[in-house]
Amino acid sequence: MSYDAHFRVWRGDADGGDLVDYTVAVNEGEVVLDVIHRLQATEAADLAVRWNCKAGKCGSCSAEINGRPRLMCMTRMSSLDRDATVTVTPMRAFPVLRDLVTDVSFNYQKAREIPAFVPPQGVKPGEYRMRQEDVNRSQEFRKCIECFLCQDTCHVVRDHEENKPAFAGPRFLMRVAELDMHPLDAAAETGVDRKRSAQEEHGLGYCNITKCCTEVCPEHIKITDNALIPLKERAVDRKYDPLVWLGSKIRRRGA
Amino acid sequence: MSHTPRQSWDVVVVGAGGAGLRAAIEAREQGLRCAVICKSLFGKAHTVMAEGGIAASMGNVNQGDNWQVHFRDTMRGGKFLNQWRMAELHAQEAPDRVWELETWGALFDRTPDGRISQRNFGGHEYPRLAHVGDRTGLELIRTLQQKIVSLQQDDHRETGDHEARLKVFQECTVTRLLKDGDRVAGVFGYERESGRFFTIEAPAVVLATGGIGKSFKVTSNSWEYTGDGHALALLAGASLINMEFVQFHPTGMVWPPSVKGILVTESVRGDGGVLRNSDGKRFMFDYIPDVFREKYAESEEEGDRWYKDQENNRRPPELLPRDEVARAINAEVKAGRGSPHGGVFLDISSRLPAEEIRRKLPSMHHQFKELADVDITAEPMEVGPTCHYVMGGVDVDPDTAAAVGVPGLFAAGEVAGGMHGSNRLGGNSLSDLLVFGRRAGLHAAEYAAALGEGARPRVSEAAVEAAEAEALRPFGVEGGDPAVSAGRAENPYALHQELQQSMNDLVGIIRKAPEMEEALRRLSALRERSRRAGVEGHRQFNPGWHLALDLRNMLLVSECVARAALERTESRGGHTRDDHPGMDRRWRRVNLVCRLAEESTGSAMADPLLGLVRLTRRDMPPIRGDLLSLFEKEELVKYLTDEELTT
Amino acid sequence: MATGTDPRTTAPAPTEAPGGVHHASRAAIPARHLRIDRWWLAPAATAGGLLAFVVYSTWRAFANADYYAAPYVSPFYSPCVAKNCVPMKDGADWGVFGTWWSLSPALLVLIFPLGFRLTCYYYRKAYYRGFWASPPACAVAEPHRKYSGETRFPLILQNVHRYFFYFAVLVAGILTYDAVLGFRDADGAWGHMGLGTLVLLANVALIWAYTLSCHSCRHIVGGRLRNFSKHPVRYRMWGWVSVLNARHMLLAWASLVSVAVADFYVYLVASGAFDDPRFF
Repeated sequence: MSYDAHFRVWRGDADGGDLVDYTVAVNEGEVVLDVIHRLQATEAADLAVRWNCKAGKCGSCSAEINGRPRLMCMTRMSSLDRDATVTVTPMRAFPVLRDLVTDVSFNYQKAREIPAFVPPQGVKPGEYRMRQEDVNRSQEFRKCIECFLCQDTCHVVRDHEENKPAFAGPRFLMRVAELDMHPLDAAAETGVDRKRSAQEEHGLGYCNITKCCTEVCPEHIKITDNALIPLKERAVDRKYDPLVWLGSKIRRRGA
Repeated sequence: MSHTPRQSWDVVVVGAGGAGLRAAIEAREQGLRCAVICKSLFGKAHTVMAEGGIAASMGNVNQGDNWQVHFRDTMRGGKFLNQWRMAELHAQEAPDRVWELETWGALFDRTPDGRISQRNFGGHEYPRLAHVGDRTGLELIRTLQQKIVSLQQDDHRETGDHEARLKVFQECTVTRLLKDGDRVAGVFGYERESGRFFTIEAPAVVLATGGIGKSFKVTSNSWEYTGDGHALALLAGASLINMEFVQFHPTGMVWPPSVKGILVTESVRGDGGVLRNSDGKRFMFDYIPDVFREKYAESEEEGDRWYKDQENNRRPPELLPRDEVARAINAEVKAGRGSPHGGVFLDISSRLPAEEIRRKLPSMHHQFKELADVDITAEPMEVGPTCHYVMGGVDVDPDTAAAVGVPGLFAAGEVAGGMHGSNRLGGNSLSDLLVFGRRAGLHAAEYAAALGEGARPRVSEAAVEAAEAEALRPFGVEGGDPAVSAGRAENPYALHQELQQSMNDLVGIIRKAPEMEEALRRLSALRERSRRAGVEGHRQFNPGWHLALDLRNMLLVSECVARAALERTESRGGHTRDDHPGMDRRWRRVNLVCRLAEESTGSAMADPLLGLVRLTRRDMPPIRGDLLSLFEKEELVKYLTDEELTT
Repeated sequence: MATGTDPRTTAPAPTEAPGGVHHASRAAIPARHLRIDRWWLAPAATAGGLLAFVVYSTWRAFANADYYAAPYVSPFYSPCVAKNCVPMKDGADWGVFGTWWSLSPALLVLIFPLGFRLTCYYYRKAYYRGFWASPPACAVAEPHRKYSGETRFPLILQNVHRYFFYFAVLVAGILTYDAVLGFRDADGAWGHMGLGTLVLLANVALIWAYTLSCHSCRHIVGGRLRNFSKHPVRYRMWGWVSVLNARHMLLAWASLVSVAVADFYVYLVASGAFDDPRFF
């Protein structure tokens, strides 16, 4: 069942590097990460790779396999052509640190820019009441394991470094959507308008909904259809729809 | 003079899983400056692997539930070896800790009336586990992570600096606790990314490093679980208790080989999944121990009725505590009734409609589909025991989580011992993290705040230099220190594999005295060889070097496990002796306490049975009367000696 | 010391050229992408399909002929709002535009379905990828130096999609009316059904499915609500629309093909190239 596979793995750091060829044994049922580990244990003890759970739950082993952003632990060798070379590189949207490890601090920075959940005033812990149908949407987004593959594949920042300051990326726009759809989030009472800020502060307008984020999501979250587009529609409510604006004015006056 | 950069914080938390983050939040909310150090990226901790839920007696699904019932279940599950005060605090405070998460944005699954839904789990009398599908651990870690970010946003508004009072040092490993006399003075470690060393001075250190599973070959634990906190505590002069109790989760994946050990959540059984052997028989009915006989169904019909009507039926034996189920599976496989790849069958496909399986167990469906190419809605899974959790850990004060004997050191979560006795119930881990994480953070903060500026311990230059030299040893194996470099350099990966194989084979789920003695001999040999574990390359993100350093911890902890397991001549919970199969009431009140021997290379090397760890027996404090009265007399006689019952 | 949550000070300034995957901070890989699958197939097919439709519809929209064969009217020419339409018995033949309009009447109404599809979230993806290569495929570097997405004029106008949706509902209603008229014979007597009736029916069904599966529709119907539990009826409708919405791409193509087929069928019958088979 075992066979020898041909791998090309990017080795190097911020000062440069190259794709290095290896021939390595592959056993039945293995994933790409197993093969990378075999390389470490045999001919490349200092091959840097980030990983944790090896079960697709922690989102650490993100890389690009044959040019596609994937989790190494969830890419079965049997899904790849036996005779073809398997190319493994670090994520190409982030600064490289060493070998397959990239500097993902961009994402942690963006996380800090999204205003946190605001608990409702006057509702004590233990008194929160939410219906399942009202939490379903946000729960889908909370499946996110923060592998940052969506951030990696998104051309807005992948192909345009200069957009990084202005664009939160799919993961964190989805976080805005998650909070905006949270049945008890009280941000509005504190003057935070998540719908408006999604566009004005987090760069929702940069998204041209080409759905690569949804394509690469290992959790199969429908990022574009369920988070980004609804968020765009919510931003339209605030900014571009005079009917909604008029309706809310009248209702406010009436109340 | 060392050039290691130094920083000063009030509280340092080592580990950023559930316990560590909860401790950090608490310390920061007490107004102190808190640093968190973790080996992985922020938010990737092993807590994300927890699937089933958080046990808390909120009584949302069954109003009969309360903390006393939860306490009772916990003590039963731990076979009464639990530190009763911890079990009491845990049961009392768990609901508040869960509700608090909601105020930080957590979204649990709901009951029809909008409360937090609770599910059944092994060993819990009522549906008790707050959950989010089968990804509860992820929800917990993300909520805590986002709460930390929220506190950092507050600090940013106030001071202009996100990290003024709460900072996460990610991808850093602590290799030594530093002391000033008896007291903790800080930590020493390295950044994985650059390989640079750092020292953080702090009067209070909270260990929240999780478990030791990476010492075993088949394990559900990730690479981080190298027993760092256990070893750091030992090396700093603290003691470990209950190290003989290692929980083997009954259902890990057994095939394909590369995923062997990965967890299959207990919720599969809670939601109706049943275990069958190769004859198609639901064998668990043959393995109900006497102490649980009245609580479990006697027939398949009764067990099946229970899923619909829990008031009038007893639960199926698939939901026995984990140790019982793991042993039963082990026995079936040994008797030749296993599945093709050496496990047994766990079947949910014939029990629930495909749609419901996908809805209730989405990540299990996903996991089997993607990793094993098995569709669990159409065919049974193959499962077998996998090393999952260590009940043993740092000997702590139950109320304050302070490590006994080392002022300034605290421990919470899996690295702390006592709470779960000889066996942990599913769902009690996440609640443990929250309850004792908070307590550790609170008391660490109080301890640090009580010290005046002048009374703070100091880190000596010599201690930092010694720690540096130790961490650099793998690079100088050949041609360096002559005491070390005699002989060929050893490959750390090979040493690790041998260690895992030895522990799995010799101190695994079923234990025998001669095998454990053999394990101690092998550990001794490995310890000697590990001193020559050498690495190539440089210090920047070098996994070989990291593993070489982790080996020290794994070897120390493994020795504790093997030594304590050899000493305890009975079977109880996560410790099963083939040569002493019965539970012995006299052992019930005995804790085995591990301490580090005087660190002398000579005698320890020469005599493997002596080793580096010294073991003492200690009596447990008697259980408070009002707590004992929660149990029926007939039940207590199974666990407690006559003498304990009369006093 | 680094923590990983801080940006690294050693990283080059983000304005440094060149940007994208060849930015100095990224892994030094000369190739624009390393994909080995046929990633170009999907955008190429999309571009080809859209282009074919554009050519066909331009020809037909400007043709100003062969769009009515009683009782069938081409969906390209309905409603007809100029005076220069051929008379359609009881049809959507409203000369509100007066006589000054001398070009094809199709041009007056096609703006609305065109705008609806042009601003549609699916078609946007399709033509951004297929025509503008922005990006050509996932993880394939795009050829543009600058990118501002939908933040500026003209692409910021994509935000008006919901208004086109309102018009699209009207148009779909009119096409439904047209399809119903297909149950009359050429003289206006009820009780007729020909192959053309079925073609118009199929087309209008797909048009409705596509229109209702629109993301804006999903938002308006219920997506904008925070608490579904307080609006059970809208929640249910949102559920239905969501089911359709999941197939938005499929419906977009199916209705695009069906509208062309319906027009072409009318053209064949009106030009006398084909006789509409009559069932009763």
